Amino acid sequence: MIPDKNKGWKDVPKAGRILDPGSAIEYETGGWRTYKPVHTKENCINCLFCWIYCPDCAIEVKDGKMVGIDYAHCKGCGICVKECPTKPEKRALVMVKEDEETGKE
Amino acid sequence: MAKLVEIRWHGRAGQGAKTAALTLAEAAIESNKYAQAFPEYGPERMGAPMQAFNRISDEGITVHSNVQNPSIVLILDQSLIVAKNVSVTGGVPEDGTYIVNTHLPASVMRKKLGVGANAKVYTVDATQISIDALGKNIPNTPMIGALIKTTGLLDWDLVIQETRNKLGKKFNKSIVDKNVLAMQKAYEEVRS
Amino acid sequence: MTKMIGMTGNEAVAEAMRQINPDVVAAYPITPQTEIVQIYSSFVSNGQVDTEMVTVESEHSAMSATVGASSAGARAMTATSANGLALMWEIVYICASMRLPVVMPVVNRALSGPINIHNDHSDTMGARDSGWIQIFSENAQEAYDNTVMATRISENKNVLLPTMVMMDGFIISHAMEAMTTLPDDVVKKFVGNYKPENPLLDIANPVTIGPLDLFDWYFEHKRQQAQVMIDAKSTILKVSREFGKISGRNYGLFEEYMLDDAEIAIIVIGSTAGTAKKVIKDLRANGIKAGMLKIRVFRPFPATEIVKAIKGAKAIAVMDKSDSYDAVGGPVYKDVRSAMYGKRGGKIVNYIYGLGGRDVTEQNIHSVFEDLKTIADTGKVANQVTYLGVRE
Repeated sequence: MIPDKNKGWKDVPKAGRILDPGSAIEYETGGWRTYKPVHTKENCINCLFCWIYCPDCAIEVKDGKMVGIDYAHCKGCGICVKECPTKPEKRALVMVKEDEETGKE
Repeated sequence: MAKLVEIRWHGRAGQGAKTAALTLAEAAIESNKYAQAFPEYGPERMGAPMQAFNRISDEGITVHSNVQNPSIVLILDQSLIVAKNVSVTGGVPEDGTYIVNTHLPASVMRKKLGVGANAKVYTVDATQISIDALGKNIPNTPMIGALIKTTGLLDWDLVIQETRNKLGKKFNKSIVDKNVLAMQKAYEEVRS
Repeated sequence: MTKMIGMTGNEAVAEAMRQINPDVVAAYPITPQTEIVQIYSSFVSNGQVDTEMVTVESEHSAMSATVGASSAGARAMTATSANGLALMWEIVYICASMRLPVVMPVVNRALSGPINIHNDHSDTMGARDSGWIQIFSENAQEAYDNTVMATRISENKNVLLPTMVMMDGFIISHAMEAMTTLPDDVVKKFVGNYKPENPLLDIANPVTIGPLDLFDWYFEHKRQQAQVMIDAKSTILKVSREFGKISGRNYGLFEEYMLDDAEIAIIVIGSTAGTAKKVIKDLRANGIKAGMLKIRVFRPFPATEIVKAIKGAKAIAVMDKSDSYDAVGGPVYKDVRSAMYGKRGGKIVNYIYGLGGRDVTEQNIHSVFEDLKTIADTGKVANQVTYLGVRE
């Protein structure tokens, strides 16, 4: 749990300790992006390279298949797109401007 | 015994003056007296003149300054009497006791020290005793023997026992035995 | 009565550590380290303790390894002296800020320049604002006692701060004195088992400690640290009282020696207090109402308690075995003066003394009391700060 910034010194854990494990999930880094990766399901070969390489665990996988991107935590680094082995004419992952709705330029 | 006895050891680094002072203090404490032992650390090089001190008392000792007016001075190396920057007689009262490691008689030492008739001067050839017993010049334990004989400061048997304990922590039995033998010999041979 | 034994200060502290039996001791094994860890390493080699002994490549690493071990949940100790403490510096602060109950015996020696290995308080006085509890010892007995008590104080859940236990280099550390130790089982029971609060090795309850802590939160954590130091006094007194029950030796935040009706008094820290006791006895025998306050706990500073204890004295000399080089005076002097601000009390003067192991004689202390007598009689202070025993 991210501590409440209104709390005074008497009410926070000592020495800055973070007592809840995995609390980074509550810290949304999705706002850091200029570009975002967009997934096209039809083109995806489900090799899961993106899942392996993503430094923020933002690739969502279900039943061994790539199903989408966790935009709340994706920082838009583009590593997934760089590593995606799909052919240029049938890309499964492309980077698009953050404010654009689709992957089609 | 007077309430507080202060002792100064003059030696050269490596001769064991510090160990002797510590052994004496342990023996004193074992005899239910209070005692301190502390060396004066200077340049820690073999041969450099050094001093160590003891305070022995029937009452608790709180003073933590150097000993300035020792009533007993032990000189582990005769050459220190004339050494530069060393004053073996400094601060010692007129009737102070000197025990010198030398093969020369006390009358000669008295002159060398330049002390008056009230001073008590004893000599013992601790170096020769040490060489005979241990094969090297470590005159510290023989000097303890001479000190106990001449001053009666502590119980002799207890001092032997404590010396065994102290040295036994560092050395094997053969070396401890030789040291005790040297100490006993000095006890017998010390002369005024 | 327990039989007296002869021990050097270093031996006494190593013996206390053996009885405490910490999980980890990390130390830099050569100079400026002291005999404490050398003796302790032989306990480890002989299997007399369960300690994991970590020899590291510098004092900075010694403190780092100690902090790491303590964070993991171990009862961790190290020891140091002078320049060794200086090299630890960065991690000394971190240890306190992370609220790790590390106990560190420190043999007080000069922070050099020119080279000096002898006693004064310049090393730990520099660390007085690092957030550590600082307890000073007059002799080997107190060094032993304070080491045992420090473990309990630091690990108390209301404290959780590291503690430095000081003794004067050579004068105490290398000098043999008559003292007594407590039986192993008594110390073991007194210090008890350490139950760490958020150990990193408790993998069922993962926590993050020592994280990035910027302007949003750092100030709050510092405020906590300030408060816990204020509150530590009561724990120190409580632990000291309990120690009195097992040892018969009673300790407060400071010791008052013939201070009740004293007209002139000195405030002093460490081994010089013992020499001063002899001087005060002599002065009292001559009808001079002299007294002493020996500070044991310097951090937290017992300001209000000291004010109360010295309020009757007409003239007070604060003795500093280190200088601040700030054109004002020594650190103890400034703390005492600050505590006395706005309070009714006598004149306060400062003596800087004993730097780099300069012998502090009975005559030196007599001269301080002579000065105090003049101040008390005339109400006039000739010198606010005096360098005692320096060649003019």
